[in-house]
Amino acid sequence: MAERSEEVKLLGMWASPFSRRVEIALTLKGLPYEFSEQDIANKSPLLLQSNPVHKMIPVLLHNGKPISESLVILEYIDETWQNNPILPQDPYDRAIARFWARFVDEQIYVTAMKVVGKVGEEKDAAVEATRDLLKLMEKELVGKDFLGGESLGFVDIVATLVAFWLMRTEEVVGVKVVPVEMFPEIHRWVKNLLDVDVIKKCIPPEDEHLNYIRARMDSLKLKSV
Amino acid sequence: MADEVILLDYWPSMFGMRTRVALEEKNIKFDYREQDLFNKSPILLEMNPVHKKIPVLIHNGKPVCESLIQVEYIDETWPGGNSFLPSDPYQRAQAKFWGDFIDKKVYGPTRLIWGAKGEEQEAGTKEFIEMLKMLESELGDKTYFGGETFGYVDIAMIGFYCWFDVLEKCGNFSIEAECPKLIAWAKRCMKRESVAKSLPDSDKITKFVPELKKKIGIE
Repeated sequence: MAERSEEVKLLGMWASPFSRRVEIALTLKGLPYEFSEQDIANKSPLLLQSNPVHKMIPVLLHNGKPISESLVILEYIDETWQNNPILPQDPYDRAIARFWARFVDEQIYVTAMKVVGKVGEEKDAAVEATRDLLKLMEKELVGKDFLGGESLGFVDIVATLVAFWLMRTEEVVGVKVVPVEMFPEIHRWVKNLLDVDVIKKCIPPEDEHLNYIRARMDSLKLKSV
Repeated sequence: MADEVILLDYWPSMFGMRTRVALEEKNIKFDYREQDLFNKSPILLEMNPVHKKIPVLIHNGKPVCESLIQVEYIDETWPGGNSFLPSDPYQRAQAKFWGDFIDKKVYGPTRLIWGAKGEEQEAGTKEFIEMLKMLESELGDKTYFGGETFGYVDIAMIGFYCWFDVLEKCGNFSIEAECPKLIAWAKRCMKRESVAKSLPDSDKITKFVPELKKKIGIE
């Protein structure tokens, strides 16, 4: 494999699951990169210039050229550096992986956000809806160590959002959205993830993360008063 | 053994049109099965149990869901002829970015334009024009979004073209006035057999929308 002079920079945010998943991919591939913490409330000129359409993190800059949208970034990383493949080879398996990745981001994430953002009956409904979606993920894990099969893959990396964001929010939100009795496979999968060095290295430190989530929720409550 | 390709689809869907165009571009014979979305068939529910939506591409009995995922699957499974995505990873990423943009930013406002009234409808129209202008800026003076060859982003967007008439009527605006390059692009695409075969006539869509509104219970 040819040696290339690479400059890889990630515009991200330490507590964002979308940013962290890119870090997981880069670390899995053994790629050195420069991480630039972005202030979302006060967006840098570099961020605005690199992602003028959405003005959001994460943005990967490879030799100065920007790539935006975390799922697009993950595929770009996988295609550019072919060691430790993230996506499967077979076109059908790839289509399935892409389907579940979108499911996590477009269904689970969107619904789970309502658990944090709503109160009372609306919150209960959001919990129910999230659980219904997670039941589908639970089914996918039966007989598998990871969503990707025997080893960590594309969907696992994307679904760290469930393992280390949704499930961590439970502590702060005071609702066990993902109880172990209802979701034994998901709980087993989280343990498997925590055994993977790259994951341990790349997820936000728990205490700091919980404090951050608490602070955000408090500020959301203040806004709704 | 010959490939068996079935497409569960709904004729006015701009998402279904993507898959139709992709299959036609690759000259793949497929069995088009019109679905009644108000009375979902057992095969639809079985093949897309998660979303219960069209389009569903069934290849030798195995379902692929989500239109852009289907377009990529078609490109990867039948690699001969016209490649929808460039071979360079950076160019591919740009194409996927714009496909995602169309899904996230262009579709939503269209529902407000034909489905809502007053301020909501106006907001939808304004948003839609803004998003089209972003796309037009990305197109620039190129023949197609990918350059000289018809590809992924063109396929992602072209289905919206047959909806333009009804959107203009509902929103009281002219897309050609706002985005002339985009209209020129669409007309170029319509000259392709794959596109002409896959898109219904604009006036069919225009006649259909009031019926659709009645069916879903909005005036």
